[in-house]
Amino acid sequence: MSTAEASVMAAPRERRRIQLGRFVLPVYTWLVILYTVIPIVLMIVYSFNQAPSGRLTFQWLGFTTQWYQQVFAIPDLTNSLVNSLIVAASSSVISAIIGTPLALALARYRYRGKNLTDGVIFTNIAAPSVVVGASLLSLFISLNVNRGLATIIIAHVTFNIAFVTIVVRARVVGLDRSIERAAYDLGASPWVAFQKVLLPLIMPGILAGMLLAFAMSIDDFIITSFVAGQTLTFPLWVYGAVKVGIPPQVFVMGTLIFLAGVVLALINVFLQRRSA
Amino acid sequence: MRAVRVRLAPYLLSLPGWFWLGLFFLVPIIAVLSVSLQTGNPDTGYNLTWHFSEFGTVLSNYNGELVRSFLYGAISTLAAFVIAYPMAYWIAFHGGRHKSTYLFIILLPFFVSFVIRTLSWQFLLSDNGIVLGTLKNIGVLPQSTHVLSTPFAVIAGLTYNALPYMVLPLYVAIEKIDRRVVRAAGDLYASGAQAFARVILPLSSAGIFAGFLLVFVTNTGDYVNASILGGPGTTMVGNVIQNSYLSNQDYPTASALSSILMVLLLFVIWLYARVFGTEAVEEAVV
Repeated sequence: MSTAEASVMAAPRERRRIQLGRFVLPVYTWLVILYTVIPIVLMIVYSFNQAPSGRLTFQWLGFTTQWYQQVFAIPDLTNSLVNSLIVAASSSVISAIIGTPLALALARYRYRGKNLTDGVIFTNIAAPSVVVGASLLSLFISLNVNRGLATIIIAHVTFNIAFVTIVVRARVVGLDRSIERAAYDLGASPWVAFQKVLLPLIMPGILAGMLLAFAMSIDDFIITSFVAGQTLTFPLWVYGAVKVGIPPQVFVMGTLIFLAGVVLALINVFLQRRSA
Repeated sequence: MRAVRVRLAPYLLSLPGWFWLGLFFLVPIIAVLSVSLQTGNPDTGYNLTWHFSEFGTVLSNYNGELVRSFLYGAISTLAAFVIAYPMAYWIAFHGGRHKSTYLFIILLPFFVSFVIRTLSWQFLLSDNGIVLGTLKNIGVLPQSTHVLSTPFAVIAGLTYNALPYMVLPLYVAIEKIDRRVVRAAGDLYASGAQAFARVILPLSSAGIFAGFLLVFVTNTGDYVNASILGGPGTTMVGNVIQNSYLSNQDYPTASALSSILMVLLLFVIWLYARVFGTEAVEEAVV
């Protein structure tokens, strides 16, 4: 078969493949994107719905910004949101402090126990939340620890360390080591080299890791439900309200958290790009 | 002196992490695995008797929930994969300049609380809600149709919540594939389908496995979708564990069920590490 014949034979096939790439798959992708964003759009739209009974209804009763003005009108709900923010902020800071050195060890050294450490980190990420939550609860019960904000923070640090470690490690692996070596050649002590050279270089990675940790923390429901005791975080409060009806403020707070998350993520992308 | 310090450095750096994960992750998990082998009750205490009988009891008592959880987990994982793969493929190969924008949109659900997302679906799927209500009013569906409380609603919820976790590792794996290899397949007269089945699919296997692992384990252990979207007939293992722990204080049952989930997970991770190596697992996950 000559090449000309082959290309003639391949032509319809080629066209079909191009059409698949040009029309079918993009349309399909947009349909899935639609499916992805529908519940989010619903949340945002219904946060503007009128609700005379103070509970969200399926019927559209008319546009109002009332719930945005009264977003903090339910003290318990506001309290739970504050708890969530405290837990997310402190657990992301603590997990960054613990996770960053771990990431440095994994990225920079070959040592005995490295594979084991990798294995533990991975198991931690993949472990079913019910199992992690249940086992932490039994630890707290057997140590007679009162459950509350502190135990929630401990639990969140436990699942966030792994995320921070992986993100920071990716950043460290991508670094040019000669910059650090130059610092040593110029007489910097290990601490000075770390503080003045390495830390600023990996800072974008640490911030990205903390952002991820914050997002994971503010969203967590299952693990928190085990270790919370009487304390409520935002997801716990919402879950508890499902049976009696959801006040519109929940969707307002959800919308505000969503917007804040998107803005922070975009800022993060921008910073990462500038420093790359 | 310097040499000693360098040799100790990785251990010192990982010390806080090991301390924390050891105390709050490894020890409790191992303790749970061992409680499932103990007999006793909360009042008189437990003795480690290495009785595997608890597993037998649990397997016969919660046989339905276990089968259902694995089934829902498997179906939702497969559904998420089927939905996600063509999209991940298209974004990675044809996304062009807008790759990261597409990816960002697909990850948007991450910014909405998991409980609210599921609640949104409850709104959408409710009997007289936006979707069913409209379809019933225009006569497409009979008035008696309902979706909530059915296995379909729970699996749909699980699939939806799993989608970003599935797309991400798939995209990362497909993105890494060298285009020249795919073109070479074409030059060697492979049809589009052949090139896909014999080049692209195998080369993205690490991502496929990572996606399956993450989603299957998460969904099998989930109980939020079953409680918000399901009914009495859709109880999953997660619901039983949660009830046994928080309401009934039946720790051996909860521990035995947790152990079954954990052993399943460890088996899959072990399998993955055997095939792809541990670092590949982490890369695929984040």
